[in-house]
Amino acid sequence: MQALRTTGHQGIPAVAARYRNNFLKEVEAHVEDGEWVKMCMQCGVCAGSCPFGPHWEHPPQEIFMMIRAGKRDEVLKSDAMWMCTSCYNCVVRCPRKLPITQIMHGIASYAQELGLAPKNQPTRDFSIQFWNNCTKTGRVNEMKLTVGLYFKDGLVSGIKQVMNMLPVAIGLIKAGRLNPFELISGHSPKDQKGIAAMLKKARAIEAQRAPATH
Amino acid sequence: MAKKEYAFYPGCSSQSKASAANLQTSVAAMCKTLDIKLTNIPDWNCCGASIAYAGGGELERAVMNARNFTLAAKHLPGQDIVATCAACWLNSRESKDKLDGNPQMLAQANEALKEAGLNYQGSAPVRHMVEVLIEDFGYDALKKPVVKSLAEIKFAGYVGCQTNRPFGIAGESFENPMYLDQLVESMGGEALTAYDQKVTCCGGALAFSEPDKSQKQIRDIVEAAYDQGADMLVTPCPLCQANVEVYQSEINRKQGTKFKMPIVYYSQLMAVAYGSSVKAAGLDGHIIAPTKLQQIAAKK
Ligand code: SF4
Ligand code: SF4
Ligand code: SF4
Ligand code: SF4
Repeated sequence: MQALRTTGHQGIPAVAARYRNNFLKEVEAHVEDGEWVKMCMQCGVCAGSCPFGPHWEHPPQEIFMMIRAGKRDEVLKSDAMWMCTSCYNCVVRCPRKLPITQIMHGIASYAQELGLAPKNQPTRDFSIQFWNNCTKTGRVNEMKLTVGLYFKDGLVSGIKQVMNMLPVAIGLIKAGRLNPFELISGHSPKDQKGIAAMLKKARAIEAQRAPATH
Repeated sequence: MAKKEYAFYPGCSSQSKASAANLQTSVAAMCKTLDIKLTNIPDWNCCGASIAYAGGGELERAVMNARNFTLAAKHLPGQDIVATCAACWLNSRESKDKLDGNPQMLAQANEALKEAGLNYQGSAPVRHMVEVLIEDFGYDALKKPVVKSLAEIKFAGYVGCQTNRPFGIAGESFENPMYLDQLVESMGGEALTAYDQKVTCCGGALAFSEPDKSQKQIRDIVEAAYDQGADMLVTPCPLCQANVEVYQSEINRKQGTKFKMPIVYYSQLMAVAYGSSVKAAGLDGHIIAPTKLQQIAAKK
């Protein structure tokens, strides 16, 4: 299976026009759990919850404010959402019970779909490789995932990174926790055909999901 | 006590020769003592993990999980589904909530599942192994089979994120859950209850994509364990275990620290307390050897 999410399949001007530049409405229709954004009361609790806090260009609270203010490009092109570690700190603290983690992933995923996500964003690359890896056979092949990640920037940088992590990798192999033979064949479920067909169908349903069905 | 049976969702990282293979080994030993029978969900697939969001959409991820639930309901009817990986548990549970609570999504998921010859019509709940231990057994029952004391070992309990949030273990607080400390104490170990990085995130999947930012988190987690005089960290989470163990050497290399803090699973210390050997408790699978626990396991 090739990369599932091709970028830019929704013409950007077309989508923006459909919502008459109402970005909040667009988010509500297209972003996972986007209908929750309007519930935010700007208390700021989530802004202090992210483990990578200082590295967030705009903390979640600010993202929600910017969505309401219609700052479409600034939100979708930001690498803020890609800093989310899925730690769920914010979710358990938010007085309005917003599913903040999902919304962050949802906005990142939507930006990716529109082709607006920052290029060479390492977490974006990892996320896509992870999905492709786990859906290729139906289970994650850790060896191929690891190798793919190290070599994504080319051979030289890959080798340098591998050399740094080599003692760790050898340790894992010796400890029976990383299998070099996974490069050739890994674990996988038997019904790979069924899984592939099922995912293809799900993808097709998602692609045609009408804007207002959320 | 009668044998308890569960439909087991092992997750990718617990397969043989994968990063959490020793979790699986120790869980098997622990379950044998407690007379728990885990039957793998036949032909299970990956749950999609939180980090896959840019690759797979909401429905695709839900469908991946729905396939597992359907196989469990079909082949292991009536058995609760149990996961040992925090991420598996969280993703499955989240998907299940959505499928069970959203008729439109359910209909769409079934349309996709049809391609794999399946139909999801509900399933037993998805539970974490720790929930099974605490709710279906309880600390007193877990204490009974203890044959070796872990009294000489000081454990800092590192719960991490996803076993704790957003679902967590019923009755525990998000900021200071006590169950891991209580499990340690039930096994006769010393729980360092003042350890203050208990629920700090290690960076999770971003340990790979944002190594420097994650290693700062890991440094705090390890340093605080040293501050408390810990012999080792104990965790329920396979990704926490791998991250915190694997990256200590990187942190040492870059920052000149001398970290060598072992990190074990709750199931490993339980297996040892129940009399398992080094091998049966998966204690031969560490990069930083948990020497003190190995010594107790090796004692006759
Ligand atoms: S914690 Fe909730 S209500 Fe407060 S700013 Fe964040 S999202 Fe809004
Ligand atoms: S889940 Fe994401 S958004 Fe929420 S606190 Fe953690 S990093 Fe921040
Ligand atoms: S979350 Fe990780 S361990 Fe769990 S099934 Fe998915 S890839 Fe495997
Ligand atoms: S691996 Fe890290 S990010 Fe994941 S649950 Fe454990 S502490 Fe949280």
